[in-house]
Amino acid sequence: MKITVNGEQMEVGGTVADLLEARTGDRRPSGIAVAVDEEIVPRDDWARWPLQDGHVVEIVMAVQGG
Amino acid sequence: MSGVLKIAGRELSSRLFLGTGGLPNLALLPDVIDAAEPGLVTVSMRRTSSTSAGGLLEKLRAAEVPILPNTAGCLSAREAVLTAELAREALETDWVKLEVIGDETSLMPDAVELVDAAEQLVRKGFTVLPYATDDPVLARRLEDAGCAAVMPLGSPIGSGLGILNPHAIEAVVAAVSVPVVLDAGVGTASDAALAMELGCAAVLAATAVTRADDPVGMARALRLAVEAGHAARGAGRIPRQAVARASSPMAGRIA
Repeated sequence: MKITVNGEQMEVGGTVADLLEARTGDRRPSGIAVAVDEEIVPRDDWARWPLQDGHVVEIVMAVQGG
Repeated sequence: MSGVLKIAGRELSSRLFLGTGGLPNLALLPDVIDAAEPGLVTVSMRRTSSTSAGGLLEKLRAAEVPILPNTAGCLSAREAVLTAELAREALETDWVKLEVIGDETSLMPDAVELVDAAEQLVRKGFTVLPYATDDPVLARRLEDAGCAAVMPLGSPIGSGLGILNPHAIEAVVAAVSVPVVLDAGVGTASDAALAMELGCAAVLAATAVTRADDPVGMARALRLAVEAGHAARGAGRIPRQAVARASSPMAGRIA
């Protein structure tokens, strides 16, 4: 299953929480937000939000900025 | 203008807002915050593959300063609305400094997209503080859209050119009843003081502090300047006149 994560195509499956664990080592990292196809996935839904072929996922956090 | 700044009904502890962008060493941030005593501190939202940005959030939370996420870098209302929603989810605040720029060279606000994004975000329950041009007509449009403040630029972002059109800033202050926060262009303390003397309710400074030779020293200078400018505005300056007017009595002089 191909999805796009932060602009890069990758082969992954499972839920948003699975994806976060693979990328950050944490299924519920704080200070992070996730959108799938431009829709916010609330933190409480990460573990039960299935990723599907073609999904476009954004994972963002706060960085220094004015 | 009262002593305590309120935006959207919330009291802020200071009229200086601090941007965190450009600080060469994040380890300096706690000392910069101590020196600036800011009422709000801004952050940006960016893609990540890790869970920490050098401990930025931890430092801000330790300093117990309210966080104001921005939508810096967004070129359309669509991008800005999604970025604001991501910030609300990540940072648990519905406040947003709304930036929609027209291009990546001038970094000037795109007024059309800005008003569109402001209307959408207000409908979604956000407290919106829009970065705008120094245009009283746009400021009124943003107030009408439900924005909690307006943030006109003094000069282009990061330029340090100060307030290029003080009359326009005064016109923005006169045009709206929401607080006016001078944003962008502050280069040094006198720029911040002038903004307050012109009637701004607060000043946001980022690179003026973070790219100064001594960020902690400049943070302190801007805090004092904002306080001085606010006090001067309240005290009422003398009118400018082109001729001299003696302050010592002319009567009783010798000879």
